Amino acid sequence: MTTMTEQTTQVYSVFIRATPEQVWDAITKPEFTTRYFYGSAVDSTFEPGAPFLSWSGDRQEKLVDGEVLDADPPRLLRHTWRALYDPETAAEPHSRVTWEIEPQDGGVTKLTVVHDGLERAPKTALSVAGGWMYVLSGLKTLLETGEPLASG
Amino acid sequence: MTVWSHILSTVDDDDPVFKALADPTRRLLLDRLFERDGRTLTELESEFDMSRFGVMKHLRVLAEAGLVVTRRSGREKLHFLNPVPIRLIHDRWIDKYTERRVSALAELKTQLEESA
Repeated sequence: MTTMTEQTTQVYSVFIRATPEQVWDAITKPEFTTRYFYGSAVDSTFEPGAPFLSWSGDRQEKLVDGEVLDADPPRLLRHTWRALYDPETAAEPHSRVTWEIEPQDGGVTKLTVVHDGLERAPKTALSVAGGWMYVLSGLKTLLETGEPLASG
Repeated sequence: MTVWSHILSTVDDDDPVFKALADPTRRLLLDRLFERDGRTLTELESEFDMSRFGVMKHLRVLAEAGLVVTRRSGREKLHFLNPVPIRLIHDRWIDKYTERRVSALAELKTQLEESA
């Protein structure tokens, strides 16, 4: 058995049978994120400098806060990230999340998530390590079948 | 997309992953990246009793299956373990036999909140 150490840069990638525009919508519209992102609703204008927020499904609890650093729809979104759902991660400085959306041949889009800047956020690094693969798997399933993972 | 074409395309997705995992050296490479991610070929090669070309060949198979993703950092090419394809196999083959712990709870939470 090996134990997992916190990784300061994490890279996750998935191929999705959808257009870059559909992938962009799935990332930036709360009606999509609530269906694959642990039920959370994203909240941002996605303009550089704007807040990047994520709320619980009932909009009562703020789960993530950050700031949009860069947005080039439907190809690139970069924002800072601080997870507020856990007091230990909430006490850490912001890290950075980059979404890269690249069209491939045959109606397939490659989505890559890079979570970096985690050097001073070890609790966040451990917390998100399992989360991103669940989120990306759910996003692919939602876009390709129209159903969230849990509905099967 | 028809149901049948979706099934076929899903099979196509999983095939290279199972092939990539069907080799002890490649599984060991993934274990090494799990321990410490974002490594160069030279770093990985030093831990294997194998030629640079051999390690490179195995890394290429893993990359083609999407299990390893490479990123440039300055002049270095770093290799990252990408667990998403394994998660997709998990969701397809294992999750349907289990209680779908995390996803079911998330779904339940959403439903309760919507009906509240």
